[in-house]
Amino acid sequence: MDTAALKKELVDLVASANDMTSLENVRVEALGKKGRITDLMKTLGGMSPEERKTAGAELNVLKDEIAALIEKQASQLKAQEMDARLAAETLDVTLTTRPERKGAVHPISQTVDELVSIFADMGFSVAEGPDLEDDFHNFTALNFPLGHPAREMHDTFYLPNDERQEGEAQKKVLRTHTSTVQIRHMQNNNPPHKIICFGRCYRSDWDMTHTPVFHQMECLYIDKNVTMAHLKGCLSDFVRAFFNIDDLPVRFRPSFFPFTEPSAEVDIGYWKENGELRLGRAPKTEDQKWLEILGSGMVHPNVLRNCGLDPEEYQGFAFGMGLERATMLKYGIPDLRSFFESDTRWLSHYGFDPLDRPNRATK
Amino acid sequence: MKFTLSWLKDYLDTDATLEQIVEKLTDVGLEVEGVEDRAAVYAPFKVVEVVEAVQHPNADRLRVCQVKTENGMLQVVCGAPNARAGMKAILAPEGSYVPGLDMTMKKTKIRDVESNGMMASAREMNLGEDHQGIIDLPVDTPIGTPLAEIFGLNDPVIEINVTPNRPDCAGIRGIARDLAAAGLGTLKPLASSKIESKFESSPKVTLDFDGDNKQACPLFMGRLIKGVKNGPSPDWLQNRLKAIGLRPISALVDITNYFCIGLSRPLHVFDADKLTGNITVRLSKKGETLDALNDKSYTLEDGTVAVCDDSGVLGLGGIVGGTKTGCEETTTNVYLECAYFDPMKIARAGRDLGVISDARYRFERGIDPAFTVEAVELATQMILDLCGGEAGTVVKAGEVPECVKTYKYDPSRYVKRIGADVSADDQKAILESLGFAVAADWSVTTPSWRPDIFGVEDLIEEIARIRGYAEIPSVSVLKDGAVAKGAETPNGMKSRKARNALAASGLQECITWSFMAEELAHDFGADANQQAARLKLLNPISVDLAQMRPSILPNLIEAASRNADRGHPNAALFEVGPVFFGANADEQPVMATGIRTGSIGSKHWTGETASRDVDIYDVKADVLRAISACGGPSGNLQVTRDTPDYYHPGRSGALRLGPNIIAYFGEIHPKLLDKMKISDKVVGFELFLEKIPEQKKKGTALPLVDLPSFQPVKRDFAFLADSGVEADNFVRAIKSVDRNMIVNVDIFDIYTGKGVEEGKKSVAIAVTLQPRDHTLTDAEIEGLSQKIVAVVEQKTGASLRG
Repeated sequence: MDTAALKKELVDLVASANDMTSLENVRVEALGKKGRITDLMKTLGGMSPEERKTAGAELNVLKDEIAALIEKQASQLKAQEMDARLAAETLDVTLTTRPERKGAVHPISQTVDELVSIFADMGFSVAEGPDLEDDFHNFTALNFPLGHPAREMHDTFYLPNDERQEGEAQKKVLRTHTSTVQIRHMQNNNPPHKIICFGRCYRSDWDMTHTPVFHQMECLYIDKNVTMAHLKGCLSDFVRAFFNIDDLPVRFRPSFFPFTEPSAEVDIGYWKENGELRLGRAPKTEDQKWLEILGSGMVHPNVLRNCGLDPEEYQGFAFGMGLERATMLKYGIPDLRSFFESDTRWLSHYGFDPLDRPNRATK
Repeated sequence: MKFTLSWLKDYLDTDATLEQIVEKLTDVGLEVEGVEDRAAVYAPFKVVEVVEAVQHPNADRLRVCQVKTENGMLQVVCGAPNARAGMKAILAPEGSYVPGLDMTMKKTKIRDVESNGMMASAREMNLGEDHQGIIDLPVDTPIGTPLAEIFGLNDPVIEINVTPNRPDCAGIRGIARDLAAAGLGTLKPLASSKIESKFESSPKVTLDFDGDNKQACPLFMGRLIKGVKNGPSPDWLQNRLKAIGLRPISALVDITNYFCIGLSRPLHVFDADKLTGNITVRLSKKGETLDALNDKSYTLEDGTVAVCDDSGVLGLGGIVGGTKTGCEETTTNVYLECAYFDPMKIARAGRDLGVISDARYRFERGIDPAFTVEAVELATQMILDLCGGEAGTVVKAGEVPECVKTYKYDPSRYVKRIGADVSADDQKAILESLGFAVAADWSVTTPSWRPDIFGVEDLIEEIARIRGYAEIPSVSVLKDGAVAKGAETPNGMKSRKARNALAASGLQECITWSFMAEELAHDFGADANQQAARLKLLNPISVDLAQMRPSILPNLIEAASRNADRGHPNAALFEVGPVFFGANADEQPVMATGIRTGSIGSKHWTGETASRDVDIYDVKADVLRAISACGGPSGNLQVTRDTPDYYHPGRSGALRLGPNIIAYFGEIHPKLLDKMKISDKVVGFELFLEKIPEQKKKGTALPLVDLPSFQPVKRDFAFLADSGVEADNFVRAIKSVDRNMIVNVDIFDIYTGKGVEEGKKSVAIAVTLQPRDHTLTDAEIEGLSQKIVAVVEQKTGASLRG
């Protein structure tokens, strides 16, 4: 039996099959039930045992060779087909993704969340009070004498008197500071008082550095042995944590507020580097400058008395801070008025990621 | 409050440097706002002699000058018409900073001729407006004399912020006293002199107040000084006044300013020849008028303290004098007024009349009443010294009012309040150096110039501030346990969660004013609760900010409009903040309010959905997400149509939980948008955070998870219904069939048009069945399906679509 010619013919057929379909056709022609090799196999039965032995072996070798060739060709063709498919499926990876709107948290809210997390870590909890207040809570209870120039300095917004109320509760004002919340909290709770609060305040003043609405935080700590040393410690710890500068210089200097005695303004250190403001300890002492950041003091005994506490037994400190200023300093935001303009470009730039909220444990 | 270093040193004997003084001022509570050391600014500028001035070879108007300086000859090109040989001028040398030009001098060539600096005009030196020529000094001025010396500029000016409780420090001597107490020198005693009176002074003075108003002017002293010669005051006095920004007027007036600033003792001088009859101090009567020295005219109300003579009001005591009887250059007889007025009366009148004056500033804070007597003598002496003349007797009406108080102090109180110890002796020394009298039993009497001291805490503060706060230790405030407890209020927590949910939904958080234009407020519900009148500011900044906001929506709509005007449409904004339904504490709830306008995004290659227009389902999703974030039952809310008038009546809904409305959402009424000149559709929501029920569950455990082990089955239905039947009716009907088995009902298509008759709609609904204990058989599924169809048909009037 001469299988050489058949082999050559089949090898050529396999090699010329350039897709899986024609390769399958070749397989059927060679190895199928009616295939050429299969047909030759069928002739073995009519051969002598000797012939059958030789020809059978020869045919089996041929069958295996062709089968292997087909297998090899098939894997090559599959690889080619995959290459062709991948080439056809190429996408422009530089195209933009489907639009997702990115929202943002206002910097003031970010600051409030940061402050809550810092003061919660010192054991303070949050208290609340209304924006529309009365003369008693905004001034009288806080030891502002009637007609005193300090009242005038507050540029208060007034609402019509509320004739349903009595006395000082009649005179309605937009709170000029969050110190009102101290009063409400002390009136309605038992000591010790260890609270912070946040909120809108209102003063009739509008220029580069003032807006008619602004935000303050207020802190109050009243117990039997809270001293001015605690005021210094608490405030130093707080500003260093808030501005994230461990050795931030903090300066306390005497000042005046009707509701504290002694009173202290608190300054933090900065210096100028190439004309830019840098918070922190100046490399050279003579370059150290100071920025006023908040007002504080030991709560005036009259305020405690006005809230039903005995100043012989209880004492403590309070402070108030403007949130816009603190936020501007921390994040380098230049213009106060921009906080209230709702410019979407500004909000996108200075706003914060809602999924990354302040937390003292994380960095 | 501004003062100069030399003026301070009139009262303070000290070796301290300017730097030490400045530092100590801040340490004791007199915050330094600025120091202007003009001697340093003007240090480079010295007198030179112009030896030769010849025509510039290449320029008609320029001259080439050879000038003799203290260090030799220099060539300077000069364009001033008055530059000439032999004159004395001021040279701004190479390298000096010229304040009036805001530039640093460089060596240069002017039209090919070398020039080493510049000869300066008064304007270039910031010393006046004169720019006609260079400064032309007397020829006998020595070469090398500093400019600062010639113009009296070598006295540094310090500006401090005096807190309203310290009227004593509204006078330089009070500042000196604080510095002395803090160890920076010794307070010099005032040179007291008793002037010999040569004649009986007139006019006499009467205090005319009824019982309740006697405190308005408890003491008024006057003195006639005859034969004075008024004119410009001496240079030293003029220089001091100019240095702190006061304009010298005449010797007599300058003396009153000198006392006002130096000793916090306002005085007044009348031209005695212009007075008519006697002086009466009384309360003004409505309609009286005054032409005041500040060039303004005032018509008075009842009750202002007025100094009058027989012709009428001469001046407002302690606030401002009148022109009619003012001193002029020609004044020869002067009547000196030195009085004490009630701070409250002055503050009220000053505020009502809008007068700001150095006198008012001091009187309303409370000057030293006891000093009145001594001040008359000191002021008389200064008038005699500067203007000559002779003094009459002192006219005195009333008495020095009570102005000292005594408190029992215990020095051990200091450490309890401050947390730092100061020995009793040191405490006593500080109090005494500030003028307090400390008795052996620690009864402490305040000085007459300290009306701000009201008790023991004030004494402690005095000691603390003079010691300096730097010596107080810092003691950290710690939490009670080892781990921080939650600090938030329920309101604060809901605000935070709503804020984060909304920002995560793509909205940007804004903060807008709490007030708005009255009409806008009315359009957005201000009238709804009949309290609008209570919420209208009496003194708004402008009419656009006059009414407390009943809703945040208009502010956000306006913000979106401003952004659109800047070329940024498609705003998605929200705010979490108060709205005002009344002025009581419980009528100012916090709301989370948001809007979307324009399209959901900009055009995008992925297709139309990216840039479709916003609609109410966007904001409904926003508000539901916020409710859910706050722990509210966003799945169990009913939707009703009772929304406020500012929403589109057919495109808005209220989300309710039982009787409470938790939120509104919808399109803003097009009529209002038209009125606000907004052309784009705006959709918005308002969420009453406080109405979201607080989670009352105890413990931290969540409900157990439901993980059925059988596959869910989905069946789709299509119903033909009247077009008015709302989606919720189908959902509720289907769920009612089997609340355990039917876990999801999704409307996936609503169709009207071809094949559906007019007034009807086709609603396609996918129902998910969740078997619990066995796989459903076809018969069971078929049974449930038939039940669903029957219930829907019965409850909605719809029919299954064939």
